[in-house]
Amino acid sequence: MTGAHPSTKTYFVAYIVLLALLALTVAVAYIPLGAGNMLAALTIACIKAAVVVLYFMHVRYSSQLVRLSIGAGILCLAILIAFTLADYQTRGRIPTRLEDPPPLEMR
Amino acid sequence: MATVAHHFDDLEQQREACTFGMWVFLVSEIMFFGGLFAVYMADRYQYPEVFIHASRTLDVVLGTINTAVLLTSSFTMALALAAAHEGRRRALVLWLLATIVLAGAFVAIKASEYAAKYEDHLAPLMDSGALDQSLTPEPEKLFFGLYLTMTGLHALHVLIGIGVLTALTVPAWKGRFDRDRSLAVELSALYWHFVDLVWIFLFPLLYLIDRSA
Repeated sequence: MTGAHPSTKTYFVAYIVLLALLALTVAVAYIPLGAGNMLAALTIACIKAAVVVLYFMHVRYSSQLVRLSIGAGILCLAILIAFTLADYQTRGRIPTRLEDPPPLEMR
Repeated sequence: MATVAHHFDDLEQQREACTFGMWVFLVSEIMFFGGLFAVYMADRYQYPEVFIHASRTLDVVLGTINTAVLLTSSFTMALALAAAHEGRRRALVLWLLATIVLAGAFVAIKASEYAAKYEDHLAPLMDSGALDQSLTPEPEKLFFGLYLTMTGLHALHVLIGIGVLTALTVPAWKGRFDRDRSLAVELSALYWHFVDLVWIFLFPLLYLIDRSA
């Protein structure tokens, strides 16, 4: 009934990896990357999340049903954020009437 | 839970169904926090400089320590579950208590951070004026409102988690959870790891927007 689960050694390795990624996240924040900063931070956060989900939460050893549920959740979240941003980022740039020129400045 | 509830065929199906149910709940929680993340994304896009500026008022040392504390608590929770699966009663209680203590440390550090913000009047309904006189205060209030709401909602989840784990320790001590009967520990572990997951995203988005001076 327990299902397969990782060994203590695997948990420990995952933990060390997470701490290393945490150090990396903080270090990268001090490098001037401009817009790349958020991308780098989120990428590292996603890797950390993957480690937690796959190993600590046993999803690597879980059924397809569980994986499908997680995938569906991530898809819904992606739709939420993508469409919200699509709205905000295109405001003012698309003229509401054919005769109106787009405004010079959006923000 | 060595007994199989009547609507399940066997122990494995019971466990699978409970795990699935827990994940459906966690996915709904992802959407719950997701709404706040969407607001954050839109606001950060609108006011990038203000967000950078306001983010730098957060204590990155405390934030990093707190992240490490939560990551460690996830580790101890995983060890607790392993102990439950192997019927090691004492180890289970030990790791549960370790997780609870770490969670408490997280909340304590958060409380001290909130107190610091309160002293600086950087809280909702407290009129501080702008951090930088060249900027208007409204976008900053957006950041601090988001900071308080997102970390506050997260801290509430941590407190609930502490309650759940505390409720597990007494039956754990009495040997209630062992090889085939540790479903409650399994599901609580899933909840706890989820709480850690949310913070993994909150930390860089709130504390580390851009620290290159």
